[in-house]
Amino acid sequence: MPAKSFVVETIKRTQLIDLLSKGKRMDGRNLDQARKLEIKTGLIEKANGSAMVSLGNTQVIAGVKIDKGIPFPDTPDKGLLIVGAEVLPLAAAYVEAGPPDESAIELARVVDRGVRESEMIDVGSLVIKAGKFVYAIFCDVNVLNADGNLFDATSYAVVAALLTAKMPKFVMEGDVVKNTGQMLPLPVAKIPVSVTIANIDDMLVLDPTEEEEAVMQSRITLDTEDDGYLCAGQKGEPGSFTPEQILTAADWALARGKEIRAAIKEATGRA
Amino acid sequence: MEEKRKLMDENGIRTDGRKWDELRPIRMEVGQLHNADGSAYIEFGKNKIVAAVYGPKEMHPKHLLLPERAVLKCRYHMAPFSVDERKNPAPSRREIEISKVIREAIQPALFLEDYPRTAIQIYVEVLQSDGGSRVAGITAASLALADAGINMRDMVVGCAVGKVDGKVVLDLNDTEDKEGSGDLPFAFMPNLNRVTLLQMDGLFTLDEFKQALGMARDGALKVYQMQREALLKRYFAGGVAEMSTTEEEAE
Repeated sequence: MPAKSFVVETIKRTQLIDLLSKGKRMDGRNLDQARKLEIKTGLIEKANGSAMVSLGNTQVIAGVKIDKGIPFPDTPDKGLLIVGAEVLPLAAAYVEAGPPDESAIELARVVDRGVRESEMIDVGSLVIKAGKFVYAIFCDVNVLNADGNLFDATSYAVVAALLTAKMPKFVMEGDVVKNTGQMLPLPVAKIPVSVTIANIDDMLVLDPTEEEEAVMQSRITLDTEDDGYLCAGQKGEPGSFTPEQILTAADWALARGKEIRAAIKEATGRA
Repeated sequence: MEEKRKLMDENGIRTDGRKWDELRPIRMEVGQLHNADGSAYIEFGKNKIVAAVYGPKEMHPKHLLLPERAVLKCRYHMAPFSVDERKNPAPSRREIEISKVIREAIQPALFLEDYPRTAIQIYVEVLQSDGGSRVAGITAASLALADAGINMRDMVVGCAVGKVDGKVVLDLNDTEDKEGSGDLPFAFMPNLNRVTLLQMDGLFTLDEFKQALGMARDGALKVYQMQREALLKRYFAGGVAEMSTTEEEAE
């Protein structure tokens, strides 16, 4: 149940909360300010697309593999898009190797939801032969260094990797799928941006660090897309929010989302 | 998630005959399981869900016990026959995530510090699923916890809103959940005015999001009244009307 055993000393906790009540944070940021975001793409030649993202000291790498696949029976005319996430044991002292625990499953599902619900990828155009063969896009993320807010770092890495991915063009030749060898960009329609906000003693902080997450009561992740829509959300951790705090979080997510979207576009060269 | 057919007619009536702000028929019953320390059954539209609470009991495995409070555990599980196509009974990734968010939605309401070194286990078994099963499950689990006599700050009550045919509507049914364009499960502690669960998929403008939150809250308050009545019926059967009027007068 207690997924992590990251502990903050009482004296640091007191200092952190004391600073917050004055509108300041341990690392000097404003409450609604994210850490420095760095995105590098195309590091893994064997992947169809890849991206390394640093958000402060949180570091993740995403890789995209694209192949032909068989569509789900209930969506015969749509390609597959599957996002996975794993927190590697080298990411922090408390992480144990093994099958993904509930936190890792939540991470992967929330990031997947943001990408899926924004309709970032036009899966309707990823069909080779309806009901038989479709394009299958797998985007897997490995967390290399965990220093808080894995949700946003993972989401940015997935988005940047998908934006720079190239897929092989498949055609039907009789009953067989043939790879033409031609490489195409993915059909991208929208760019979703995830913004996570922590609630610490009823004070909201955007992009929490590991220390801040260790003292927070709850967090909320909201995804926004280009046209000013909110497209996905998830409250997590065993605390709560007032309805007013949630609306503040939505305002922050929309405002910060715009800046981060611009940064992602610049880093990936996709306007 | 495009919409395949119209989910609302020209008069704003939904596939099951409801208006935009109407809840499905709801029925709750408390304490129908004999062995559990607390239990509740809820019908929320076609959802049929049974919740049970065991505890405070000994914590296993021992190394995970907490010296200062109880550990809250939760399992949300769907019966293989609860959905159109048989569901594999093994816990899916979806069920693992929902178990986590339900636990986190309920934990703020409990005085876990009153039960150090113990475990409190919540089971939510979905016998039939009809859209909004996690929030109906939360409502039932909260009743089961009250029935088990666990010390609570408030009840937790769940209610979902969503978007069909471009409109924000209360309490999606299965069809609307699958074919509609957005879903926002929500859980709330009515007396403390705190949101304890919020998930969202589908496109909402900021205004729609605000409207959705307001509607979810109003819906949850209605469900809360029924939750309260279910508890009064269980523990003050016969004196229900008297109990509720005196309390309301006192307010």
